[in-house]
Amino acid sequence: MHVVLATVLAALVLLGGASGTAGAQEPYRLGAIFSITGPGSSLGIPERDTALMIEAEVNARGGIKGADGRMHPLKLVIYDDASDETKAVLAAKKLIDEDRVTAIVGTTLSGTSLAILDTVQKAEVPLISCAAASRIVEPAAERRWVFKTPQSDQLIVGVLVDHLKAKGLKKVGWLNVDYAFGQLGWIEFEKAAAAAGLAVVANEKFGQKDVDMTAQLTRVKAAGPEAVVVWSIPPSASIVTRNYADLGLRMPLFQSHGVGNKKYIELAAGAANGVVFPAGKLLVAEQLADDDPQKAVLLAYAREFEAKYGPRNTFGGHAWDAVQLAVRALGKAGGDRAGVRAAIESTRNFVGISGVFDFSPTDHNGLDRRAVTMIQIVDGRWKIAK
Amino acid sequence: MTARARGGALAVAAAVVAALPWAVESRYVLGMLVFIALNGLAAVGLSLVMGFAGQVSLGQAAFFAVGAYVSGVLTASRGWNGWAAMVVAVAAGALVAFVVGLPIFRLSGLLLAMATLAFGIIVYYVLVNWAPVTGGPSGLAGIPPLALGGFRFDTDARMLALAWGALLVVIALAGNVVDSRIGRALRAIHGSEAAAAAVGIDTARLKVGVFALAGAITALGGALYAHYVTFINPSPFGFAYSVELLVMVVLGGVASIWGAVLGAAAVVLLVEGLRAALPLLTAAHGAAEYEIAVFGVLLMAFMIFLPSGLAGLARRAA
Amino acid sequence: MAAEQLAQYLASGVVVGGIYALIGLGFVIVFGVTRIVNFAQGEFVMLGALGMAALGSQGMMPLAAFAVSVLGVAAVGALLYRLAVHPLRHAPALAVLILTIGASIAIRGAALIAWGTDPLAVPAFSAGPPIVVAGAVVVRQGIWVLAVAAAAFVALWWFFTRTYAGAAVQACALNPRAARLMGIRVERVALLAWALAGALGATAGAVIAPITYATYDMGLILGLKGFVAAVLGGLVSPPAAIAGGFLLGVVESLAAGLVSSAYKDAVAFVVLVVVCLAQVLGALPWRVVAEET
Repeated sequence: MHVVLATVLAALVLLGGASGTAGAQEPYRLGAIFSITGPGSSLGIPERDTALMIEAEVNARGGIKGADGRMHPLKLVIYDDASDETKAVLAAKKLIDEDRVTAIVGTTLSGTSLAILDTVQKAEVPLISCAAASRIVEPAAERRWVFKTPQSDQLIVGVLVDHLKAKGLKKVGWLNVDYAFGQLGWIEFEKAAAAAGLAVVANEKFGQKDVDMTAQLTRVKAAGPEAVVVWSIPPSASIVTRNYADLGLRMPLFQSHGVGNKKYIELAAGAANGVVFPAGKLLVAEQLADDDPQKAVLLAYAREFEAKYGPRNTFGGHAWDAVQLAVRALGKAGGDRAGVRAAIESTRNFVGISGVFDFSPTDHNGLDRRAVTMIQIVDGRWKIAK
Repeated sequence: MTARARGGALAVAAAVVAALPWAVESRYVLGMLVFIALNGLAAVGLSLVMGFAGQVSLGQAAFFAVGAYVSGVLTASRGWNGWAAMVVAVAAGALVAFVVGLPIFRLSGLLLAMATLAFGIIVYYVLVNWAPVTGGPSGLAGIPPLALGGFRFDTDARMLALAWGALLVVIALAGNVVDSRIGRALRAIHGSEAAAAAVGIDTARLKVGVFALAGAITALGGALYAHYVTFINPSPFGFAYSVELLVMVVLGGVASIWGAVLGAAAVVLLVEGLRAALPLLTAAHGAAEYEIAVFGVLLMAFMIFLPSGLAGLARRAA
Repeated sequence: MAAEQLAQYLASGVVVGGIYALIGLGFVIVFGVTRIVNFAQGEFVMLGALGMAALGSQGMMPLAAFAVSVLGVAAVGALLYRLAVHPLRHAPALAVLILTIGASIAIRGAALIAWGTDPLAVPAFSAGPPIVVAGAVVVRQGIWVLAVAAAAFVALWWFFTRTYAGAAVQACALNPRAARLMGIRVERVALLAWALAGALGATAGAVIAPITYATYDMGLILGLKGFVAAVLGGLVSPPAAIAGGFLLGVVESLAAGLVSSAYKDAVAFVVLVVVCLAQVLGALPWRVVAEET
């Protein structure tokens, strides 16, 4: 039986040894959990890259200026949750008790964020999630320690439904990927469509790893919709788009903010042209009016990210907002977790990538409809849709 | 292992578990040990099916899911008492295993493995699509922790005691089953089904019985998971988890109850150990991408050099 | 429901079925000779697809990229057998199964390191609009999938019935001990079978990549579907595995079209269980293998 003990002891030694490297000037410690591998990786990798970019940038200018007037280096500890709930829970516990971080940014996906809620709330560690589900931060009274930066499904869907209505498209066919992202999109869309008087004539599902969605599209086509909405991320979103073109469907195709990267366009090839989707403004930063409050911030981030990592995407932007929010709060409250939480909650008029944030005790997302715009893909490029 | 040795092992393990919360403060280490116990319950269930009925189940994760969802839904959506919900969850695990086992244990070998695989996948799609009850792919939040009077099992240390307590009780019970007349009959099935049948053992009934017992034990792990994490969604209970459980059992050494626990510990510690060790060996931030490959290579190396599993190693060392 | 709709479901199902059939063939070759369920078969498919995408983006001609991918993955299959499976030839079947699980994780991880997580696009073998058959739309790459599945089948048939090596492989599949007594070197035949499985997997991956794209984590699900196809067909017979692939593809597509797209995979697996049970009850005209593992 000494094997059990030896294994446990070995683990303890291993873990003990891995934690804690004290810097010269006491660093501010920030944790991050992203889905660097697994199904969420197309979102998690740009998030990780953006976080690293900000860490390097902050430390290049000497660190974060604390309330004590001294400069503190930023120490970022990043873990991969492999898009897995159990790994996310352990990563959060490790960040809290082994790495002793003051706050955590991430996770990438709604499922992993919801799984670590209990851990961060009980440990009283601020969490700034990069995942979409509004349930992560609602009701805010019960989610004291939890914030999030991406626009909630409700906001995004609301803008889309208004757009459909304005275009006079009243009969809509719907398809979504059978992930949390797709289901939450459907829940909000069903509500918003009913409120706006739109008729949903078809409702189909597909898997993220499916290789062909023509059967679902054939059903949608048979229902005779005036427009089709797909809620998914690449590669399945790209396959649907290509199948749509192959089947010769002509009604307008709408997608979600899940297709806010160049990969979607590249994979769908020519079929992506004409597709319209709601998203943050990052993708069309250059086309914004000069008096748009976000324009300068968006352009600066896009330029820097593209110089280092390749085409911009909205997911990296969610991490930019989360890390910058944490950095500001650390500057105000230092290593004090409750102070950092209060600092985030009292953040007003923070100009970020996903929008202009106004947090409050009742709103831990802090965004409104101005954060969302309709974008059309024209000749493989993003254009603000009229 | 003799009954006395097993009793000693259980006592030592119980003492270690009881002492740990005083020795260890880190919620991370405690959390890891909790997950080892939860995975250990599922793995013990699977090892009964594999080691003592000689059948591979590629859908064991489904019973974990049944336990988690029955207990989670009853408490979070229906307001049941946690313990009552857990009893129902465990019974549901046994019942589902029994009902599924009746037809599919007419099959053998690969076909049976195939049928369990199919069962696991069907359960997964039910969880994903029966959204009004299960919450669908975005899951079910707000599952309350278990409580005894005013004492809530809502910290890692308390959960550690509960999960390991459950695991040790299960190990003791499973040990009795293994040593009993039924256990000997089961191993006879593993040895030769025809021979077992010839000496008058009702192999089909026994196998379904073991499958139901395993379903109950695995569901217990799932129910504890639900009350520990307080949030459940389908993705941790998919085909990949069934495969992971299989790896745990074989790593530990099939036909050894303690081996299954060792296997569960090995997998959790290996994954977490890699997370700690790899950044030290490679460029600090690119390490996540290497974890999968290193895990796979280590698993292969393990099977090549230790095909009989950790339990075999322990026997040699003892 | 319009006949056109039904035609489309069938056409979609046949193309997807062709994909499953091609993947299923790889399982049959390895299982037939070595009685091993190779969990890493799906990863061979992934390597073929990623190889095709990576070499193509380097500017290599499609045919050359195809050949290099197939030969490269055949070498991976042979290496895997020689370095990992062969040393375990006397170990219990379960240990070997876990070994191939380890191999699949290792190969997936290596692909992640080499190519990252982004899906890569592969251009269709021949450009042009889809073809309309009886009111159903079929993409050109779908025709390629079916053609390659047919070609692979014919090549295997020729190999097994017209070459000495093929006859040796079949002899080993039927009775390894007798084959050994006849002077066939079973280890070498097994090596050949694994190389062949690698080549078949890569062929499948390369030809489906323009439809599915290429990503490091595509192997698990595709491998699973291919395995189901192979089992439906009995796991030892190439033609039956191909039939199994088409059956699975068509059932999935019809389930999505006629029943519910939410439960299409569940329906496919229910069919699988029914087929398994039907064989035990003797209600099937063909045999699904019931090997002890």
